[in-house]
Amino acid sequence: MSSVKEQNSHESTFAHSAVTLFSGVLFGLGLIISGMVNPGKVIGFLDLAGDWDPSLIFVMGGGVTVTTSTFWLVLRRERPLFEQKFFLPTKADLDGRLLIGAALFGIGWGIGGLCPGPAITALATLDPSVVLFVGAMLLGMVLQNLVAE
Amino acid sequence: MENFTPVSALIGGAFIGLSAVIMLAGNGRIAGISGILGGAISSRGDERRWRILFLAGLLLATLLYQIVSSSPITIEAQASPELLVIAGLLVGFGTRLGSGCTSGHGICGIARFSKRSFAATVMFMLFGFITVYVTRHLLELGV
Repeated sequence: MSSVKEQNSHESTFAHSAVTLFSGVLFGLGLIISGMVNPGKVIGFLDLAGDWDPSLIFVMGGGVTVTTSTFWLVLRRERPLFEQKFFLPTKADLDGRLLIGAALFGIGWGIGGLCPGPAITALATLDPSVVLFVGAMLLGMVLQNLVAE
Repeated sequence: MENFTPVSALIGGAFIGLSAVIMLAGNGRIAGISGILGGAISSRGDERRWRILFLAGLLLATLLYQIVSSSPITIEAQASPELLVIAGLLVGFGTRLGSGCTSGHGICGIARFSKRSFAATVMFMLFGFITVYVTRHLLELGV
């Protein structure tokens, strides 16, 4: 019994990793194609009083349309293909941490025009401004981790 | 609106959405980048392994794009180095405190009809708009 289980988990390790890597590449390509890796494009959207560029609405719209139309179907299954269970957030209620955290993130996003996905994706260009931003972002994450403990 | 690019934005957005669906259907994980990155720092073993693999995929996307595409990836820095450090600290600290960013709350959370993700998305959008108004039009900062 246990050997069957071990074999299953061993066989699915490759598929699990392939799914993860493929998803990462697809996600990164989406950010590049949509122009979201360019902080100038993001600020162009956030600058309502300037030369406004509504493109980001279409990025969010395209993404949310795909996820909203399929997530419910996926989550009707008992478990995902290559894992024992779905790993979903369990908190349901609003709290100060959520709202303050999102506000701080919004302020940082508005200053730099970068959020975590585009920042990591653009890191591979070795653009100095992105390297600097990502370094500070990692430090911010570590600091939050320390404060939380 | 001379920079408006609805078609590439929609295609790119669909790629991001598809990535999130594949991740959920295959591995049961939410494709939230700040959560994946934060977990890659704080967790160990298998939990860390898949996170690093996903992040490597993001980096690989840039390298693949640069090999295949003739058009370069444009990155226009929007703030001075000092302000970029402040921005990075706020994004790192804020996304971990608020349990998510544009992808986890915006793309995935909304699709799960999560009240928390709706609220977080409204908050970071609102504060993004306000911050750009303050920095660009009131303080006239920027590059």
